[in-house]
Amino acid sequence: MTTSIVSEESLPSTWAIGRRRIGLELRQFFRDRESAVFNFALPVLLLIIFGSVFGGQSLGDSGITFAQYFVAGMIASGILYTSFQNLAISIPLEREDGTLKRLRGTPMPKASYFIGKVGTVFVAYLAQVTILITVGWLFYGITLPTSMNAWWTFAWVSVLGLVSCTLLGIAFSVVPRKGRGASAIVSPVVLALQFTSGVFFIFSDLPSWMQTFASLFPLKWLTQGMRSVFLPESAAALEVSGSFDLPWVAAVLGLWCVLGAIAAIVFFRWTPRGEN
Amino acid sequence: MSDAIAVRDLTKMYGDLAAVDGISLTISAGECFALLGPNGAGKTTTVEILEGYRQRSSGSVSVLGQDPHTASRGWRAQLGIVLQSDRDLGDLKVVEAVSHFAGYYPAPRDVAATIDSVGLTSKSGSRVSTLSGGQRRRLDVALGIIGSPRLLFLDEPTTGFDPEARREFWELLHSIKSDGTTIVLTTHYLDEAESLADRVAVIVDGRIVAIDTPQSLGRGTSDAAEIRWRADGVWHRESTLAPTAFIADLARQLGGEIPDLTVHRPTLEDRYLRLLDEGRADRVS
Repeated sequence: MTTSIVSEESLPSTWAIGRRRIGLELRQFFRDRESAVFNFALPVLLLIIFGSVFGGQSLGDSGITFAQYFVAGMIASGILYTSFQNLAISIPLEREDGTLKRLRGTPMPKASYFIGKVGTVFVAYLAQVTILITVGWLFYGITLPTSMNAWWTFAWVSVLGLVSCTLLGIAFSVVPRKGRGASAIVSPVVLALQFTSGVFFIFSDLPSWMQTFASLFPLKWLTQGMRSVFLPESAAALEVSGSFDLPWVAAVLGLWCVLGAIAAIVFFRWTPRGEN
Repeated sequence: MSDAIAVRDLTKMYGDLAAVDGISLTISAGECFALLGPNGAGKTTTVEILEGYRQRSSGSVSVLGQDPHTASRGWRAQLGIVLQSDRDLGDLKVVEAVSHFAGYYPAPRDVAATIDSVGLTSKSGSRVSTLSGGQRRRLDVALGIIGSPRLLFLDEPTTGFDPEARREFWELLHSIKSDGTTIVLTTHYLDEAESLADRVAVIVDGRIVAIDTPQSLGRGTSDAAEIRWRADGVWHRESTLAPTAFIADLARQLGGEIPDLTVHRPTLEDRYLRLLDEGRADRVS
């Protein structure tokens, strides 16, 4: 019999299917109430609580309030929420409810699936950061950067952060054994990083071992990059080294993109463990 | 007719346990083939090897001319797969799900016509999470056939259906088959295999104990009819391969009408249960 009447060229391209996946994933993302709570309501709630309790406190004689410092940290956290936390919780569920197995049985290329995830993460992040900046601007005196330079920094820090944390989320999705228990495993990881990376506390106030620990992971560099965008230049004096160290931010996040890509390719699996 | 599937000496080991233990079969293009057997017999493992989900331990497998383990996207585009009990896609509408998957294939069927063919037109705009079990399964079939596959796999498609839903589902499969699609289904329902399949393979403990048309499945030398009657208030019973001659003799002896005469031929179900017993007995010895 003829081996194949379908030529590879007649198949829809990886890109075309990837775009369809973005559309579908976004629809599912915004229709899912739990993901809406985790990704939008929670960060805003944290911002309001922390802003109200500590917001007025001034950091040294810099004239910068804790609320301003905290908004930058929450925007950096938003990257971690919409990419790492979102995927590390939702992919185990997809593995359990048959989504991934169904896709594996179609001619959809694996790369299209990843394109769909990355696209969804970018849109979700843009929505979340818009909400956070709006709340920060309305209530906590956050001023929007006016220089092109600051916006450029905002863009590349966001992109490097989203790409690295998306890939890490895809890789980390093999850790939870059960879809239902995924948030119980992922949330503490995110919380621990937030506490040690200068989101809930002033980073330079932390014990030095904690600073060293946090420096190994992306969030510390994301918060630092975002502070350089949303705080006045004088705030650099509050950093451990007295500078925002943007070249280091780029270097560490770039390295995590590479490590994340390797981890995602090596560890990602379509089926639950023990099924092959 | 050409072969859609050719399998020789297929085995799948999990540790020391052989889930599939030397299966050989060929399935022709256009055929509807059923893998029938009790739960845990190895049906799903076998089918998932054919679909490319699982790796075999040994043996050769050709599906549409390719080895499923190394097959290309072009190969996948010619397959339709309906898995057991999916719970995904809940937040989407029926029409959204079907038209999304249509975009994966080079020559998909018409979305509206496909939804209509599985009887879900009235549910087209409903969220998948609101569908009943039977409707959900129909959607799975719609997604299985949207790419106009040459070969459709169905893994226990009607488990948990009420009798009416099963009857309707069978009609749907008959119409898919009449389009020339090769169908491979697993089931543990004998009547399902009888209604749908051209040929049936009975699987017990990872091995095929019989392959035949449903009508002649398990027919053999021990296919004796059982004759029962009463004479002088006592029940009599006789097993014979020639019941007509036996009854003619008996009628002569009794001089006319035979009291309470019944002739019982083994039904398909009797033969199937016997195949399972024999299959398990072989295994022990």
